[in-house]
Amino acid sequence: MIARSRGARIRSNVFAYANLAPYVFFVLFPFYFMVVTSFKSNAELYNLKSIPFWIQSGAIMDHYALLFQKTDFVTWMKNSLLVATVATTASVIISILAGYSLARLRFRGAGSFGTAVFITYLVPQTLLFLPLSQVVAWLGLSDSILALMITYPTFLVPFCTWLLMGYFRTIPREVEECALVDGATRMQTLWKVVLPMAVPGIICAVLFSFTLCWNEFTYALTFISQSANKTAVVGVTSDLIRGDIYFWGSLMAGALLASIPIVVVYVLFLDYYVSGLTAGAVKG
Amino acid sequence: MAVGPRVLEAAGLGGPGRHSRLREWWEREHVFGYGLIVPAIVLLVTLVAFPFGMAIYFSLSDYWVGSPGGFVGVTNYRDILANETFRQTVQNSFVFTIIAVALKIVLGVWLAMLLARNLPLKRVIRGIVLLPFVIPTALSTLAWLWMFDSLYSVVNWTAISLHLISAPGPNWLGQSTYAMTAVIVVNVWRGLPFFAITVLAGLMAVPREYLEAAEVDGAGSWGRFWHVTLPLIKPVLAVVILFSTIFTFGDFNIVQVLTRGGPINTTHLFATLAYQVGLQGGNLGQGAAISLFIFPLLALVVFFQLRYIRKE
Repeated sequence: MIARSRGARIRSNVFAYANLAPYVFFVLFPFYFMVVTSFKSNAELYNLKSIPFWIQSGAIMDHYALLFQKTDFVTWMKNSLLVATVATTASVIISILAGYSLARLRFRGAGSFGTAVFITYLVPQTLLFLPLSQVVAWLGLSDSILALMITYPTFLVPFCTWLLMGYFRTIPREVEECALVDGATRMQTLWKVVLPMAVPGIICAVLFSFTLCWNEFTYALTFISQSANKTAVVGVTSDLIRGDIYFWGSLMAGALLASIPIVVVYVLFLDYYVSGLTAGAVKG
Repeated sequence: MAVGPRVLEAAGLGGPGRHSRLREWWEREHVFGYGLIVPAIVLLVTLVAFPFGMAIYFSLSDYWVGSPGGFVGVTNYRDILANETFRQTVQNSFVFTIIAVALKIVLGVWLAMLLARNLPLKRVIRGIVLLPFVIPTALSTLAWLWMFDSLYSVVNWTAISLHLISAPGPNWLGQSTYAMTAVIVVNVWRGLPFFAITVLAGLMAVPREYLEAAEVDGAGSWGRFWHVTLPLIKPVLAVVILFSTIFTFGDFNIVQVLTRGGPINTTHLFATLAYQVGLQGGNLGQGAAISLFIFPLLALVVFFQLRYIRKE
Protein backbone atom coordinates (compact mmCIF):
# COMPACT_ATOMS: atom_id res chain seq x y z
CA MET A 1 0.00 0.00 0.00
CA ILE A 2 1.25 3.43 -0.89
CA ALA A 3 1.55 5.55 2.19
CA ARG A 4 -0.19 8.87 1.88
CA SER A 5 0.32 11.85 4.05
CA ARG A 6 -2.43 12.87 6.41
CA GLY A 7 -2.73 16.15 4.59
CA ALA A 8 -3.28 14.48 1.24
CA ARG A 9 -5.97 12.27 2.69
CA ILE A 10 -7.79 15.20 4.27
CA ARG A 11 -7.57 17.12 1.00
CA SER A 12 -9.01 14.16 -0.86
CA ASN A 13 -11.89 13.85 1.63
CA VAL A 14 -12.67 17.54 1.36
CA PHE A 15 -12.75 17.13 -2.41
CA ALA A 16 -15.18 14.21 -2.11
CA TYR A 17 -17.47 16.07 0.28
CA ALA A 18 -17.43 19.17 -1.89
CA ASN A 19 -18.59 17.06 -4.82
CA LEU A 20 -21.15 15.12 -2.84
CA ALA A 21 -22.70 18.20 -1.25
CA PRO A 22 -24.57 19.44 -4.36
CA TYR A 23 -25.91 15.98 -4.96
CA VAL A 24 -27.07 15.52 -1.38
CA PHE A 25 -28.80 18.89 -1.69
CA PHE A 26 -30.43 17.80 -4.98
CA VAL A 27 -31.68 14.61 -3.32
CA LEU A 28 -32.99 16.16 -0.14
CA PHE A 29 -34.42 19.46 -1.30
CA PRO A 30 -37.73 18.08 -2.65
CA PHE A 31 -38.36 16.35 0.68
CA TYR A 32 -37.43 19.44 2.66
CA PHE A 33 -39.71 21.50 0.45
CA MET A 34 -42.58 19.06 1.08
CA VAL A 35 -42.19 19.52 4.83
CA VAL A 36 -42.06 23.31 4.59
CA THR A 37 -45.06 23.48 2.26
CA SER A 38 -47.17 21.15 4.36
CA PHE A 39 -46.93 23.43 7.43
CA LYS A 40 -47.26 26.78 5.68
CA SER A 41 -50.44 28.87 5.60
CA ASN A 42 -52.10 29.37 2.24
CA ALA A 43 -51.70 33.12 2.57
CA GLU A 44 -47.95 32.66 2.68
CA LEU A 45 -47.80 29.85 0.12
CA TYR A 46 -49.54 31.94 -2.50
CA ASN A 47 -47.69 35.18 -1.85
CA LEU A 48 -45.03 35.76 -4.49
CA LYS A 49 -43.24 38.21 -2.21
CA SER A 50 -42.59 35.74 0.60
CA ILE A 51 -39.50 33.58 0.70
CA PRO A 52 -40.47 30.01 -0.21
CA PHE A 53 -37.63 28.27 1.65
CA TRP A 54 -38.94 28.54 5.18
CA ILE A 55 -42.01 29.48 7.17
CA GLN A 56 -42.29 33.09 8.27
CA SER A 57 -45.83 33.46 9.56
CA GLY A 58 -45.95 30.42 11.84
CA ALA A 59 -46.45 26.73 11.18
CA ILE A 60 -50.03 25.50 10.91
CA MET A 61 -51.66 22.07 10.92
CA ASP A 62 -54.61 22.97 8.67
CA HIS A 63 -53.36 21.00 5.69
CA TYR A 64 -53.06 17.87 7.78
CA ALA A 65 -56.48 18.47 9.27
CA LEU A 66 -58.00 18.71 5.79
CA LEU A 67 -56.36 15.45 4.86
CA PHE A 68 -57.93 13.59 7.78
CA GLN A 69 -61.31 15.32 7.85
CA LYS A 70 -62.16 15.94 4.21
CA THR A 71 -60.53 12.98 2.45
CA ASP A 72 -60.37 9.21 2.88
CA PHE A 73 -56.69 9.37 3.76
CA VAL A 74 -56.93 6.92 6.67
CA THR A 75 -58.80 4.43 4.47
CA TRP A 76 -56.18 4.78 1.74
CA MET A 77 -53.42 4.01 4.21
CA LYS A 78 -55.33 0.98 5.45
CA ASN A 79 -55.85 -0.20 1.87
CA SER A 80 -52.17 0.19 1.08
CA LEU A 81 -51.18 -1.72 4.17
CA LEU A 82 -53.65 -4.51 3.45
CA VAL A 83 -52.69 -4.86 -0.21
CA ALA A 84 -48.97 -4.76 0.54
CA THR A 85 -49.24 -7.31 3.34
CA VAL A 86 -51.34 -9.83 1.44
CA ALA A 87 -49.47 -9.50 -1.87
CA THR A 88 -46.09 -9.69 -0.15
CA THR A 89 -46.97 -12.75 1.92
CA ALA A 90 -48.38 -14.65 -1.04
CA SER A 91 -45.52 -13.67 -3.33
CA VAL A 92 -42.76 -14.53 -0.90
CA ILE A 93 -44.23 -17.97 -0.21
CA ILE A 94 -44.65 -18.74 -3.92
CA SER A 95 -41.14 -17.44 -4.56
CA ILE A 96 -39.51 -19.48 -1.80
CA LEU A 97 -40.93 -22.65 -3.34
CA ALA A 98 -40.06 -21.71 -6.91
CA GLY A 99 -36.67 -20.24 -6.02
CA TYR A 100 -35.62 -23.32 -4.08
CA SER A 101 -36.78 -25.63 -6.82
CA LEU A 102 -34.99 -23.73 -9.59
CA ALA A 103 -31.81 -23.20 -7.61
CA ARG A 104 -31.41 -26.66 -6.19
CA LEU A 105 -33.45 -29.44 -7.70
CA ARG A 106 -32.48 -31.16 -10.93
CA PHE A 107 -35.29 -31.74 -13.35
CA ARG A 108 -35.78 -31.30 -17.03
CA GLY A 109 -36.69 -27.73 -17.99
CA ALA A 110 -35.41 -26.09 -14.78
CA GLY A 111 -33.07 -23.88 -16.79
CA SER A 112 -35.80 -22.72 -19.16
CA PHE A 113 -38.13 -21.94 -16.25
CA GLY A 114 -35.38 -19.87 -14.69
CA THR A 115 -35.00 -17.93 -17.92
CA ALA A 116 -38.77 -17.46 -18.18
CA VAL A 117 -38.88 -16.04 -14.67
CA PHE A 118 -36.08 -13.68 -15.55
CA ILE A 119 -37.85 -12.47 -18.68
CA THR A 120 -41.12 -11.80 -16.86
CA TYR A 121 -39.09 -9.90 -14.32
CA LEU A 122 -38.02 -7.52 -17.08
CA VAL A 123 -41.57 -6.89 -18.35
CA PRO A 124 -42.61 -3.41 -17.23
CA GLN A 125 -46.09 -3.04 -15.71
CA THR A 126 -46.94 -0.56 -18.42
CA LEU A 127 -46.83 -3.24 -21.10
CA LEU A 128 -49.69 -5.24 -19.57
CA PHE A 129 -51.98 -2.85 -17.73
CA LEU A 130 -54.61 -2.65 -20.49
CA PRO A 131 -55.28 -6.39 -20.91
CA LEU A 132 -54.95 -6.90 -17.14
CA SER A 133 -57.69 -4.34 -16.57
CA GLN A 134 -59.94 -6.59 -18.69
CA VAL A 135 -58.88 -9.74 -16.85
CA VAL A 136 -59.67 -7.98 -13.60
CA ALA A 137 -63.08 -6.97 -14.97
CA TRP A 138 -63.85 -10.54 -16.06
CA LEU A 139 -62.98 -11.81 -12.61
CA GLY A 140 -65.45 -9.31 -11.22
CA LEU A 141 -62.73 -7.51 -9.28
CA SER A 142 -62.89 -4.09 -10.93
CA ASP A 143 -62.62 -1.29 -8.44
CA SER A 144 -61.63 -3.58 -5.58
CA ILE A 145 -58.36 -3.88 -3.68
CA LEU A 146 -58.55 -7.61 -4.39
CA ALA A 147 -57.60 -6.74 -7.97
CA LEU A 148 -54.32 -5.31 -6.67
CA MET A 149 -53.68 -8.24 -4.35
CA ILE A 150 -53.81 -10.69 -7.24
CA THR A 151 -51.97 -8.58 -9.83
CA TYR A 152 -49.07 -7.33 -7.69
CA PRO A 153 -47.58 -10.83 -7.40
CA THR A 154 -47.05 -10.75 -11.18
CA PHE A 155 -44.08 -8.45 -10.70
CA LEU A 156 -43.18 -9.51 -7.15
CA VAL A 157 -42.84 -13.25 -7.80
CA PRO A 158 -40.29 -12.96 -10.64
CA PHE A 159 -38.22 -10.53 -8.60
CA CYS A 160 -38.34 -12.51 -5.34
CA THR A 161 -37.73 -15.81 -7.08
CA TRP A 162 -34.68 -14.39 -8.81
CA LEU A 163 -33.39 -12.89 -5.56
CA LEU A 164 -33.98 -16.05 -3.51
CA MET A 165 -32.43 -18.33 -6.11
CA GLY A 166 -29.19 -16.45 -5.49
CA TYR A 167 -29.49 -16.96 -1.73
CA PHE A 168 -30.36 -20.64 -1.95
CA ARG A 169 -27.33 -21.27 -4.13
CA THR A 170 -25.03 -19.99 -1.38
CA ILE A 171 -26.24 -22.63 1.09
CA PRO A 172 -23.96 -25.68 1.08
CA ARG A 173 -25.60 -28.71 -0.51
CA GLU A 174 -24.17 -31.07 2.13
CA VAL A 175 -26.49 -29.69 4.81
CA GLU A 176 -29.55 -30.71 2.82
CA GLU A 177 -28.10 -34.06 1.89
CA CYS A 178 -27.44 -34.85 5.55
CA ALA A 179 -31.03 -34.08 6.44
CA LEU A 180 -32.33 -36.27 3.60
CA VAL A 181 -30.08 -39.14 4.58
CA ASP A 182 -31.36 -38.83 8.13
CA GLY A 183 -34.84 -39.53 6.86
CA ALA A 184 -36.32 -36.05 6.64
CA THR A 185 -38.75 -35.53 3.79
CA ARG A 186 -37.85 -32.98 1.13
CA MET A 187 -40.46 -30.57 2.45
CA GLN A 188 -39.10 -30.87 5.99
CA THR A 189 -35.59 -30.28 4.67
CA LEU A 190 -36.69 -27.11 2.89
CA TRP A 191 -38.72 -25.90 5.83
CA LYS A 192 -36.46 -26.75 8.78
CA VAL A 193 -32.97 -26.78 7.31
CA VAL A 194 -32.78 -24.56 4.25
CA LEU A 195 -35.16 -21.76 5.21
CA PRO A 196 -33.50 -20.85 8.51
CA MET A 197 -30.26 -20.42 6.59
CA ALA A 198 -31.90 -18.21 3.97
CA VAL A 199 -33.42 -15.76 6.45
CA PRO A 200 -31.43 -12.71 5.25
CA GLY A 201 -32.59 -13.38 1.70
CA ILE A 202 -36.17 -13.74 2.81
CA ILE A 203 -36.07 -10.50 4.79
CA CYS A 204 -34.70 -8.83 1.70
CA ALA A 205 -37.48 -10.26 -0.47
CA VAL A 206 -40.15 -9.16 2.02
CA LEU A 207 -38.73 -5.64 2.26
CA PHE A 208 -38.55 -5.13 -1.48
CA SER A 209 -41.95 -6.64 -2.09
CA PHE A 210 -43.56 -4.47 0.54
CA THR A 211 -41.89 -1.35 -0.85
CA LEU A 212 -42.82 -2.17 -4.44
CA CYS A 213 -46.45 -2.78 -3.44
CA TRP A 214 -46.71 0.36 -1.38
CA ASN A 215 -45.18 2.46 -4.18
CA GLU A 216 -47.05 0.88 -7.09
CA PHE A 217 -48.92 3.46 -9.14
CA THR A 218 -49.86 2.16 -12.61
CA TYR A 219 -52.15 -0.72 -11.65
CA ALA A 220 -53.60 1.06 -8.65
CA LEU A 221 -54.52 4.03 -10.84
CA THR A 222 -55.90 1.84 -13.62
CA PHE A 223 -57.97 -0.71 -11.70
CA ILE A 224 -59.47 1.46 -8.97
CA SER A 225 -61.83 4.39 -9.35
CA GLN A 226 -63.80 4.72 -6.11
CA SER A 227 -62.09 6.92 -3.56
CA ALA A 228 -62.66 4.49 -0.68
CA ASN A 229 -60.80 1.71 -2.53
CA LYS A 230 -57.72 3.70 -3.49
CA THR A 231 -54.25 3.08 -2.14
CA ALA A 232 -52.37 5.88 -0.41
CA VAL A 233 -50.18 6.73 -3.41
CA VAL A 234 -53.08 7.01 -5.85
CA GLY A 235 -55.43 8.65 -3.36
CA VAL A 236 -53.01 11.46 -2.57
CA THR A 237 -52.07 12.08 -6.20
CA SER A 238 -55.65 12.10 -7.48
CA ASP A 239 -58.09 13.25 -4.82
CA LEU A 240 -56.29 16.40 -3.74
CA ILE A 241 -56.30 17.83 -7.22
CA ARG A 242 -59.79 18.96 -8.19
CA GLY A 243 -59.82 20.15 -11.78
CA ASP A 244 -57.46 23.08 -11.83
CA ILE A 245 -57.33 23.47 -8.08
CA TYR A 246 -54.32 21.98 -6.35
CA PHE A 247 -54.44 21.73 -2.57
CA TRP A 248 -50.68 22.12 -2.36
CA GLY A 249 -50.39 22.13 1.41
CA SER A 250 -52.46 18.97 1.80
CA LEU A 251 -50.85 17.35 -1.24
CA MET A 252 -47.44 17.70 0.38
CA ALA A 253 -48.78 16.64 3.79
CA GLY A 254 -50.31 13.53 2.24
CA ALA A 255 -47.19 12.72 0.23
CA LEU A 256 -45.11 12.98 3.40
CA LEU A 257 -47.37 10.88 5.61
CA ALA A 258 -47.81 8.21 2.95
CA SER A 259 -44.04 7.95 2.56
CA ILE A 260 -43.34 7.61 6.28
CA PRO A 261 -44.00 3.86 6.60
CA ILE A 262 -41.54 3.19 3.80
CA VAL A 263 -38.92 5.53 5.24
CA VAL A 264 -39.18 3.87 8.66
CA VAL A 265 -38.74 0.41 7.19
CA TYR A 266 -35.91 1.70 5.03
CA VAL A 267 -33.99 3.27 7.89
CA LEU A 268 -34.32 0.11 9.98
CA PHE A 269 -33.16 -2.22 7.21
CA LEU A 270 -30.81 -0.09 5.11
CA ASP A 271 -28.22 -2.82 4.64
CA TYR A 272 -30.79 -5.28 3.34
CA TYR A 273 -31.89 -2.74 0.75
CA VAL A 274 -28.37 -2.25 -0.48
CA SER A 275 -27.69 -5.98 -0.71
CA GLY A 276 -31.01 -6.62 -2.44
CA LEU A 277 -30.40 -3.85 -4.92
CA THR A 278 -27.04 -5.14 -5.92
CA ALA A 279 -28.07 -8.81 -5.88
CA GLY A 280 -31.27 -8.58 -7.81
CA ALA A 281 -30.73 -5.34 -9.73
CA VAL A 282 -34.21 -4.10 -8.93
CA LYS A 283 -36.39 -2.33 -11.43
CA GLY A 284 -35.35 1.29 -11.61
CA MET B 1 -31.59 -45.49 15.00
CA ALA B 2 -33.43 -43.59 12.32
CA VAL B 3 -35.06 -45.79 9.77
CA GLY B 4 -36.25 -44.08 6.59
CA PRO B 5 -39.45 -45.10 4.82
CA ARG B 6 -37.43 -46.65 2.03
CA VAL B 7 -35.78 -49.10 4.38
CA LEU B 8 -39.13 -50.09 5.82
CA GLU B 9 -40.55 -50.62 2.40
CA ALA B 10 -37.59 -52.70 1.31
CA ALA B 11 -38.22 -54.90 4.32
CA GLY B 12 -41.86 -55.14 3.34
CA LEU B 13 -42.95 -53.54 6.60
CA GLY B 14 -44.35 -50.17 5.54
CA GLY B 15 -46.86 -51.80 3.25
CA PRO B 16 -47.29 -50.74 -0.35
CA GLY B 17 -50.31 -48.62 0.59
CA ARG B 18 -51.52 -45.87 -1.71
CA HIS B 19 -50.50 -43.25 0.76
CA SER B 20 -46.90 -44.28 1.07
CA ARG B 21 -46.57 -44.79 -2.67
CA LEU B 22 -47.82 -41.27 -3.20
CA ARG B 23 -45.34 -40.03 -0.67
CA GLU B 24 -42.51 -41.88 -2.37
CA TRP B 25 -43.54 -40.36 -5.69
CA TRP B 26 -43.59 -36.88 -4.16
CA GLU B 27 -40.12 -37.42 -2.71
CA ARG B 28 -38.57 -37.90 -6.15
CA GLU B 29 -36.38 -34.97 -7.05
CA HIS B 30 -37.99 -34.05 -10.34
CA VAL B 31 -41.55 -34.48 -9.08
CA PHE B 32 -40.85 -32.34 -6.04
CA GLY B 33 -39.07 -29.82 -8.27
CA TYR B 34 -42.03 -29.47 -10.63
CA GLY B 35 -44.43 -29.41 -7.70
CA LEU B 36 -42.77 -26.41 -6.11
CA ILE B 37 -42.83 -24.28 -9.22
CA VAL B 38 -46.49 -24.98 -10.04
CA PRO B 39 -47.88 -21.98 -8.08
CA ALA B 40 -45.42 -19.60 -9.74
CA ILE B 41 -46.10 -21.03 -13.20
CA VAL B 42 -49.87 -20.81 -12.74
CA LEU B 43 -49.56 -17.19 -11.69
CA LEU B 44 -47.22 -16.19 -14.49
CA VAL B 45 -49.21 -18.00 -17.15
CA THR B 46 -52.60 -16.62 -16.12
CA LEU B 47 -51.55 -13.09 -15.24
CA VAL B 48 -48.53 -12.42 -17.47
CA ALA B 49 -48.43 -14.73 -20.49
CA PHE B 50 -52.20 -14.76 -21.03
CA PRO B 51 -52.59 -10.95 -20.76
CA PHE B 52 -49.66 -10.61 -23.10
CA GLY B 53 -51.46 -12.78 -25.64
CA MET B 54 -54.56 -10.68 -25.04
CA ALA B 55 -52.61 -7.50 -25.67
CA ILE B 56 -51.60 -8.86 -29.06
CA TYR B 57 -55.18 -9.89 -29.81
CA PHE B 58 -56.54 -6.50 -28.69
CA SER B 59 -54.06 -4.72 -30.90
CA LEU B 60 -55.41 -6.65 -33.90
CA SER B 61 -59.07 -5.98 -33.13
CA ASP B 62 -61.37 -3.01 -32.74
CA TYR B 63 -61.94 -3.73 -29.07
CA TRP B 64 -63.45 -0.91 -27.03
CA VAL B 65 -64.08 -0.86 -23.30
CA GLY B 66 -67.38 -2.71 -22.85
CA SER B 67 -67.74 -3.77 -26.48
CA PRO B 68 -65.61 -6.66 -27.68
CA GLY B 69 -64.92 -6.08 -31.34
CA GLY B 70 -63.84 -8.27 -34.19
CA PHE B 71 -60.53 -8.98 -35.79
CA VAL B 72 -59.36 -6.09 -37.96
CA GLY B 73 -55.81 -7.10 -38.83
CA VAL B 74 -53.14 -4.45 -38.65
CA THR B 75 -55.56 -1.51 -38.93
CA ASN B 76 -54.68 -0.24 -35.44
CA TYR B 77 -50.99 -0.27 -36.22
CA ARG B 78 -51.58 1.50 -39.54
CA ASP B 79 -53.72 4.09 -37.79
CA ILE B 80 -51.27 4.87 -35.02
CA LEU B 81 -48.27 4.98 -37.35
CA ALA B 82 -50.09 7.62 -39.39
CA ASN B 83 -51.03 9.53 -36.27
CA GLU B 84 -49.09 12.72 -35.52
CA THR B 85 -49.40 12.27 -31.74
CA PHE B 86 -47.94 8.78 -31.95
CA ARG B 87 -44.98 9.92 -34.03
CA GLN B 88 -44.36 12.64 -31.50
CA THR B 89 -44.49 9.98 -28.77
CA VAL B 90 -41.90 7.82 -30.52
CA GLN B 91 -39.59 10.80 -30.77
CA ASN B 92 -40.23 11.78 -27.13
CA SER B 93 -39.52 8.25 -25.91
CA PHE B 94 -36.15 8.12 -27.61
CA VAL B 95 -35.11 11.64 -26.60
CA PHE B 96 -36.23 10.99 -23.03
CA THR B 97 -34.59 7.57 -22.72
CA ILE B 98 -31.30 8.46 -24.39
CA ILE B 99 -30.72 11.68 -22.47
CA ALA B 100 -31.93 10.33 -19.12
CA VAL B 101 -29.91 7.12 -19.32
CA ALA B 102 -26.78 8.96 -20.52
CA LEU B 103 -27.02 11.38 -17.60
CA LYS B 104 -27.59 8.53 -15.17
CA ILE B 105 -24.54 6.65 -16.47
CA VAL B 106 -22.16 9.60 -16.20
CA LEU B 107 -23.47 10.95 -12.90
CA GLY B 108 -23.98 7.47 -11.50
CA VAL B 109 -20.39 6.37 -12.10
CA TRP B 110 -19.12 9.69 -10.77
CA LEU B 111 -21.27 9.37 -7.67
CA ALA B 112 -20.23 5.75 -7.14
CA MET B 113 -16.56 6.77 -7.32
CA LEU B 114 -17.15 9.35 -4.60
CA LEU B 115 -19.13 6.94 -2.45
CA ALA B 116 -16.45 4.27 -2.77
CA ARG B 117 -14.04 6.40 -0.73
CA ASN B 118 -13.68 5.53 2.87
CA LEU B 119 -15.27 8.73 4.13
CA PRO B 120 -16.47 9.44 7.62
CA LEU B 121 -20.32 9.43 7.55
CA LYS B 122 -20.16 7.00 4.64
CA ARG B 123 -23.25 5.09 5.77
CA VAL B 124 -25.36 8.19 6.29
CA ILE B 125 -24.48 9.54 2.87
CA ARG B 126 -25.29 6.23 1.18
CA GLY B 127 -28.59 6.15 3.05
CA ILE B 128 -29.47 9.63 1.81
CA VAL B 129 -28.43 8.88 -1.75
CA LEU B 130 -30.80 5.91 -1.95
CA LEU B 131 -33.78 7.87 -0.65
CA PRO B 132 -35.35 8.93 -4.00
CA PHE B 133 -35.34 5.29 -5.02
CA VAL B 134 -37.25 4.14 -1.95
CA ILE B 135 -39.91 6.85 -1.60
CA PRO B 136 -43.01 6.26 -3.75
CA THR B 137 -42.17 7.89 -7.09
CA ALA B 138 -45.64 9.25 -7.68
CA LEU B 139 -45.50 11.06 -4.34
CA SER B 140 -42.02 12.53 -4.67
CA THR B 141 -42.97 13.65 -8.17
CA LEU B 142 -45.73 15.70 -6.53
CA ALA B 143 -43.02 17.72 -4.80
CA TRP B 144 -41.41 18.35 -8.18
CA LEU B 145 -44.80 19.29 -9.63
CA TRP B 146 -45.06 21.96 -6.97
CA MET B 147 -41.46 23.06 -7.51
CA PHE B 148 -42.19 23.50 -11.23
CA ASP B 149 -45.53 25.29 -10.66
CA SER B 150 -46.34 27.85 -13.34
CA LEU B 151 -46.76 30.69 -10.85
CA TYR B 152 -45.08 29.72 -7.59
CA SER B 153 -42.12 27.70 -8.87
CA VAL B 154 -39.36 27.79 -6.25
CA VAL B 155 -36.84 27.20 -9.02
CA ASN B 156 -37.91 30.34 -10.82
CA TRP B 157 -38.24 32.29 -7.59
CA THR B 158 -34.62 31.50 -6.74
CA ALA B 159 -33.33 32.26 -10.21
CA ILE B 160 -35.22 35.56 -10.30
CA SER B 161 -34.01 36.54 -6.84
CA LEU B 162 -30.44 35.86 -7.89
CA HIS B 163 -31.07 37.93 -11.04
CA LEU B 164 -30.21 34.96 -13.25
CA ILE B 165 -33.45 35.28 -15.21
CA SER B 166 -36.11 37.96 -15.51
CA ALA B 167 -39.62 37.49 -14.09
CA PRO B 168 -41.76 35.49 -14.56
CA GLY B 169 -39.27 32.87 -15.81
CA PRO B 170 -40.02 29.76 -17.83
CA ASN B 171 -43.32 27.94 -17.47
CA TRP B 172 -41.64 24.60 -16.78
CA LEU B 173 -44.50 22.27 -17.47
CA GLY B 174 -46.24 24.43 -20.03
CA GLN B 175 -43.54 24.79 -22.67
CA SER B 176 -42.38 21.76 -24.60
CA THR B 177 -38.59 21.92 -24.21
CA TYR B 178 -38.82 22.90 -20.55
CA ALA B 179 -41.38 20.19 -19.87
CA MET B 180 -39.11 17.53 -21.37
CA THR B 181 -36.22 18.94 -19.32
CA ALA B 182 -38.32 18.74 -16.17
CA VAL B 183 -39.39 15.16 -16.84
CA ILE B 184 -35.78 14.13 -17.48
CA VAL B 185 -34.54 15.89 -14.33
CA VAL B 186 -37.06 14.04 -12.18
CA ASN B 187 -36.27 10.73 -13.86
CA VAL B 188 -32.55 11.22 -13.25
CA TRP B 189 -33.23 12.29 -9.67
CA ARG B 190 -35.19 9.12 -9.06
CA GLY B 191 -33.03 6.67 -11.07
CA LEU B 192 -29.54 7.81 -10.14
CA PRO B 193 -29.39 5.99 -6.77
CA PHE B 194 -29.89 2.65 -8.51
CA PHE B 195 -26.96 3.34 -10.82
CA ALA B 196 -24.74 4.68 -8.09
CA ILE B 197 -25.31 1.88 -5.59
CA THR B 198 -25.03 -0.92 -8.14
CA VAL B 199 -21.90 0.52 -9.74
CA LEU B 200 -20.55 1.03 -6.23
CA ALA B 201 -20.89 -2.70 -5.63
CA GLY B 202 -18.91 -3.26 -8.82
CA LEU B 203 -16.24 -0.79 -7.70
CA MET B 204 -15.82 -2.57 -4.39
CA ALA B 205 -14.83 -5.69 -6.32
CA VAL B 206 -11.98 -3.91 -8.12
CA PRO B 207 -8.76 -5.18 -6.50
CA ARG B 208 -6.80 -2.38 -4.88
CA GLU B 209 -3.55 -3.91 -6.08
CA TYR B 210 -4.44 -3.19 -9.71
CA LEU B 211 -5.00 0.47 -8.99
CA GLU B 212 -1.83 0.69 -6.93
CA ALA B 213 0.18 -1.03 -9.62
CA ALA B 214 -1.15 1.45 -12.17
CA GLU B 215 -0.26 4.29 -9.84
CA VAL B 216 3.28 2.99 -9.46
CA ASP B 217 3.49 2.84 -13.24
CA GLY B 218 2.70 6.53 -13.27
CA ALA B 219 -0.95 6.51 -14.31
CA GLY B 220 -2.89 9.60 -13.22
CA SER B 221 -6.31 9.33 -11.61
CA TRP B 222 -8.04 9.66 -15.00
CA GLY B 223 -5.75 7.06 -16.55
CA ARG B 224 -6.41 4.66 -13.67
CA PHE B 225 -10.15 5.14 -14.06
CA TRP B 226 -10.11 4.74 -17.84
CA HIS B 227 -7.70 1.82 -18.14
CA VAL B 228 -8.21 -0.10 -14.91
CA THR B 229 -11.52 0.68 -13.19
CA LEU B 230 -13.78 1.09 -16.20
CA PRO B 231 -12.88 -2.20 -17.92
CA LEU B 232 -13.38 -4.03 -14.63
CA ILE B 233 -16.82 -2.57 -13.88
CA LYS B 234 -17.99 -2.95 -17.48
CA PRO B 235 -20.08 -6.09 -16.81
CA VAL B 236 -21.94 -4.47 -13.90
CA LEU B 237 -22.38 -1.30 -15.88
CA ALA B 238 -23.78 -3.22 -18.86
CA VAL B 239 -26.44 -4.88 -16.71
CA VAL B 240 -27.44 -1.62 -15.05
CA ILE B 241 -27.67 0.19 -18.39
CA LEU B 242 -29.86 -2.51 -19.90
CA PHE B 243 -32.16 -2.53 -16.89
CA SER B 244 -32.40 1.19 -16.71
CA THR B 245 -33.03 1.55 -20.44
CA ILE B 246 -36.05 -0.72 -20.43
CA PHE B 247 -37.59 0.86 -17.33
CA THR B 248 -36.91 4.40 -18.45
CA PHE B 249 -38.46 3.60 -21.81
CA GLY B 250 -41.53 2.12 -20.12
CA ASP B 251 -41.84 4.89 -17.54
CA PHE B 252 -45.32 5.99 -16.56
CA ASN B 253 -45.43 7.48 -13.06
CA ILE B 254 -43.29 10.55 -13.53
CA VAL B 255 -44.85 11.73 -16.77
CA GLN B 256 -48.39 10.91 -15.64
CA VAL B 257 -48.04 12.97 -12.45
CA LEU B 258 -45.93 15.78 -13.89
CA THR B 259 -47.36 16.57 -17.32
CA ARG B 260 -49.86 13.86 -18.36
CA GLY B 261 -48.04 13.90 -21.68
CA GLY B 262 -48.53 17.64 -22.27
CA PRO B 263 -48.00 20.33 -23.36
CA ILE B 264 -49.45 19.32 -26.75
CA ASN B 265 -48.20 15.72 -26.36
CA THR B 266 -44.54 16.75 -26.22
CA THR B 267 -43.77 14.57 -23.19
CA HIS B 268 -45.99 11.60 -23.95
CA LEU B 269 -44.29 8.22 -23.64
CA PHE B 270 -45.78 4.95 -24.91
CA ALA B 271 -47.23 4.10 -21.51
CA THR B 272 -48.94 7.45 -20.91
CA LEU B 273 -50.30 7.60 -24.45
CA ALA B 274 -51.58 4.01 -24.13
CA TYR B 275 -53.28 4.99 -20.87
CA GLN B 276 -54.90 8.02 -22.46
CA VAL B 277 -56.07 6.23 -25.62
CA GLY B 278 -56.87 2.83 -24.14
CA LEU B 279 -58.43 3.68 -20.79
CA GLN B 280 -59.49 7.29 -20.79
CA GLY B 281 -60.48 7.13 -24.46
CA GLY B 282 -61.74 3.55 -24.18
CA ASN B 283 -60.04 2.38 -27.38
CA LEU B 284 -58.41 -0.75 -25.98
CA GLY B 285 -57.34 -1.99 -29.41
CA GLN B 286 -55.26 1.05 -30.20
CA GLY B 287 -54.08 1.42 -26.63
CA ALA B 288 -52.75 -2.14 -26.64
CA ALA B 289 -51.04 -1.56 -29.97
CA ILE B 290 -49.31 1.52 -28.54
CA SER B 291 -48.11 -0.20 -25.38
CA LEU B 292 -46.80 -3.13 -27.44
CA PHE B 293 -44.27 -0.77 -28.98
CA ILE B 294 -42.38 -1.10 -25.68
CA PHE B 295 -41.91 -4.76 -26.55
CA PRO B 296 -39.24 -4.66 -29.32
CA LEU B 297 -36.88 -2.81 -27.02
CA LEU B 298 -37.68 -5.23 -24.21
CA ALA B 299 -36.90 -8.16 -26.52
CA LEU B 300 -33.60 -6.58 -27.49
CA VAL B 301 -32.64 -6.06 -23.85
CA VAL B 302 -33.59 -9.63 -22.96
CA PHE B 303 -31.51 -10.88 -25.86
CA PHE B 304 -28.41 -9.03 -24.68
CA GLN B 305 -28.99 -9.98 -21.05
CA LEU B 306 -29.27 -13.67 -21.86
CA ARG B 307 -26.21 -13.61 -24.04
CA TYR B 308 -24.31 -11.91 -21.28
CA ILE B 309 -25.54 -14.34 -18.61
CA ARG B 310 -24.62 -17.31 -20.78
CA LYS B 311 -21.14 -15.90 -21.26
CA GLU B 312 -20.82 -15.50 -17.53
